[in-house]
Amino acid sequence: MTAPTDTSAPVAGIPATGAARQLLRRLRGRPAAVVSAGVLLLLVLLALAAPLFAALEGQDPYAYHDDLVDSARGGVPYGSFGGVSADHWLGVEPGTGRDLFARLLHGARVSLLVAVGATAVQVLIGVLVGLAAGLGSRWADGILSRITDVLVALPMLVLAIALTAVVPRDFPRPLLLILVIGLLGWAGTSRIVRAQTLTLKSLDFVAASRLAGSGRWRTARRELLPALAAPVITYAAISVPTNMVVEAALSFLGVGVTPPTPSWGQMLSTAQTWFRADPAYVLLPAGLLFVTVLAFTVLGDAVRTALDPREASRLRVGTRKETSR
Amino acid sequence: MTRYVLKRLAGAALVLLALSVLVYALFYLAPGDPARLACGERCNPRQIAQVREQLGLNEGVFAQYAHFLQGVFVGRDYSTGTSVVRCDAPCLGLSYQSDQQVTQLVLERLPATASLALGALVVWLVVGVGTGLLSALRRGGPTERILTVLTLAATGTPVFILGLLLLMVVCAYLQWLPFPTYVPLGENPEQWAWNMLLPWLTLGLFESAKYARLTRSSTLETLAEDHIRTFRAYGVGERAVVTRHALRGAVPPVVAVSAVDLGYMFGGAVLTESLFGIPGLGKTLLDGVREIDLPVVVGVVMVMGVAVVLAGVVADLLYAAADRRVVLT
Repeated sequence: MTAPTDTSAPVAGIPATGAARQLLRRLRGRPAAVVSAGVLLLLVLLALAAPLFAALEGQDPYAYHDDLVDSARGGVPYGSFGGVSADHWLGVEPGTGRDLFARLLHGARVSLLVAVGATAVQVLIGVLVGLAAGLGSRWADGILSRITDVLVALPMLVLAIALTAVVPRDFPRPLLLILVIGLLGWAGTSRIVRAQTLTLKSLDFVAASRLAGSGRWRTARRELLPALAAPVITYAAISVPTNMVVEAALSFLGVGVTPPTPSWGQMLSTAQTWFRADPAYVLLPAGLLFVTVLAFTVLGDAVRTALDPREASRLRVGTRKETSR
Repeated sequence: MTRYVLKRLAGAALVLLALSVLVYALFYLAPGDPARLACGERCNPRQIAQVREQLGLNEGVFAQYAHFLQGVFVGRDYSTGTSVVRCDAPCLGLSYQSDQQVTQLVLERLPATASLALGALVVWLVVGVGTGLLSALRRGGPTERILTVLTLAATGTPVFILGLLLLMVVCAYLQWLPFPTYVPLGENPEQWAWNMLLPWLTLGLFESAKYARLTRSSTLETLAEDHIRTFRAYGVGERAVVTRHALRGAVPPVVAVSAVDLGYMFGGAVLTESLFGIPGLGKTLLDGVREIDLPVVVGVVMVMGVAVVLAGVVADLLYAAADRRVVLT
């Protein structure tokens, strides 16, 4: 051990230098990961440029077109495949006649924003709580670990539904969903961080840092955080699709994103009454959600394998988070 | 053994107490006046004050929580001005909307959730374990690859998409089944089963992906053990090795995870219930949220907590019973 602040030493199999480059190189060797990353990149671009694409199509996601739906048949769009036309590339929403292409793209923004934002909140809280539990006194550890146990044990969806009941209706919904999913879903991260911290704490380089006069939090920041990056990133990567499904589920149940803001889950909720008359209205948001969640799942799994080759079995049960039913 | 159970139950009680504090604190802090909600839209301030008095909302938060606990353990009385309503233990309060006792409401909704959960259990045990076993038996072959892809795809499908697709194909396109409407088992068992078929398939197939992976990995793990090599050396056929001996390794985890999942479902398989209009606990929770009926929401969350925590204890006991090597301490 040379300088106590030297964090580049490979610790517990986690090289700190060029780690990102190495991760990318390993991911490039897996075709499934490359395809998933490509799909997600495309989707992010589409979502970011949603207003641009909608303008290109010449449509607005919020404008009603009563003339495009057949009021005699309860509002089914005229034409085939849900009213596909040169003006409306993917057809229109039954009942209202709002442009589906524009709404789907704007819905992608909500889905991605909530999934990634909630994951960020989970990582932030999880790392802080995990570090506090791992480095704190026995009492602090005991209390924090019990809270973590409770959160891990209980189904997130039910608690999230209950939480949405106590927040005023005019609170911005995407932000609310980020906070709710973030506040309920950090327990997995904090467990991993706590376990890793307890292991790392006893290693020489951490002791050296303490001996060199660094305080507890300075040590945590400079020595522990870099070494925690790999497991935390791994867990975050497999959390994103889970969070996306929770958002879609909450919106599907009518307690998530509220109209007129478009979201895939909410479209599927409306689609429940239209699946006979207008199958396209079910298949489009369902297909998008399915592909996105699958791409995130495959990519997350690839990240896990790339960061920890010993764990190279595909989609093992223990490492996945509980799903929403 | 008895000591272990007692220890676990004590732990479970602590978890539930913590949950009740958390839930109660949240709802106490929630904006909006419960008395106004309970009283309805057209109440004048005097009536609201009266309702507040009746519901004991004038007391401090600790007194209210103490009364909540009192209701759960020994029951409590609600005065409605002219008469007194007795709410026996375990009392989870009165619904703001219907003045019905929450405990009673939960008990009324329980059979629907139970019929959904138990049917789905059968589906995932058959389909999930079967798929996992087949993929372990045909490991390395094309069958396994197809099954792996299918399982992966099923893992990424939210349950409501699966349900919507099944509805579209089975009810709208093929017209094999009418659109499901819930019929209680006691009313007409045959109609009950036909109407529950699609919800069972939806929830069961959704869960099957997990059980297929679980079965496959535990079976493969067992296949690598020494006693299996001995069976092979004796000339036992591959099929018999897998189905008679290696499958045994999959039984404890499958049983334990099933117990946990059943516990979760008694908190309401909210999405499936909502999609198929099954009046179970999940729907009760959603209705409670929509009507800001806080006692109902708190009640369902607490019932869910009890189910999940007890299921955890049961899962450990079953695991130990199925795998003699495990010693509970």
